[in-house]
Amino acid sequence: MHELGITENIISITVAKAGEAQASKVVRINLVVGELAGFVPDCIQFYFDTLSKDTIAQGAILHFESVPTQLRCRNCATTFPPQDALWVCPKCKGQSVDISQGRELYIESVEVE
Amino acid sequence: MKRIEVIQNILEANETIAKRNQQLLDKHKVFAVNIMSGPGAGKTSLILHTLRRLKGKLNIAVIEGDVASTVDAEKVQSEAKAVVQINTRNMPESCSLMAAMIESALKDIALKNLDLIFVENIGNLVCPAEFALGEHKRVVISSLPEGDDKPIKYPLIFVDADAVIINKMDLLPHVDFDIASFRRSITGLNPEVEVFELSCKTGEGIERWCSWILKQVETNAAKP
Repeated sequence: MHELGITENIISITVAKAGEAQASKVVRINLVVGELAGFVPDCIQFYFDTLSKDTIAQGAILHFESVPTQLRCRNCATTFPPQDALWVCPKCKGQSVDISQGRELYIESVEVE
Repeated sequence: MKRIEVIQNILEANETIAKRNQQLLDKHKVFAVNIMSGPGAGKTSLILHTLRRLKGKLNIAVIEGDVASTVDAEKVQSEAKAVVQINTRNMPESCSLMAAMIESALKDIALKNLDLIFVENIGNLVCPAEFALGEHKRVVISSLPEGDDKPIKYPLIFVDADAVIINKMDLLPHVDFDIASFRRSITGLNPEVEVFELSCKTGEGIERWCSWILKQVETNAAKP
């Protein structure tokens, strides 16, 4: 729901990094977005097309690597994907869990020329 | 073609401002609590009742976040030391308060002689989970009519909460809300969380919540 701000940040980080590398064009931006982070790639793409105009990131391909949610049981350390409404460890039936994966939201790399 | 490793959190800009906000608050020994919930769970009511109970004990300011209107600010105006209304309607994002909005609101509040700031976030269980504001504690309110499945549907906001309030307890005989199952879901995700069952309507349970807030403020003020 707040993809506009996210997209502005993506562009400003990308332009800064590409500038440091004295690149003239950004070809691709590799993003890692966890399933729980609640961001819609299509929506980021939509804003990106408008906001990146006249920057060196214009026309860059946005590549989203989606990271599925993984939980870790605090009791027996089993890692498992959430199954249904109840987050229960399939091994020991424990209900105390950490989110070990799925909250990611970062720029992994940018490809420039 | 050249590949540049970045590995940079996209929300870093917000987090930097949030840290700056907290430093400013710490300098003045002001404790800040971020109150989050879906629309209508009782954020304003809880703040109002807390202001009334703690009057004379703490000097409290309120930052009200809403998409539009000053309805909430008007409600708490007479009870708080200071009120700042943030309307997000004309901002780039309207779904959550963000650290930069708090930074600018703090400029309008005299922090000297203040003990506590309640920040009432936008009614939303998704976006506010992602944006640190510089607060010391994060409080989430769930109310009985919303149902007991919210922690599973919106886990992030509950994972990072310091306290969860179950509000509108007076409606328990009329709704299918399984308190035990709700508690299991949140403590499963967040074993350290404090849980308060209360009703802003009847006042039941508010005393215990206010004692907790008072203790948090005192502990923070005693820090070197």
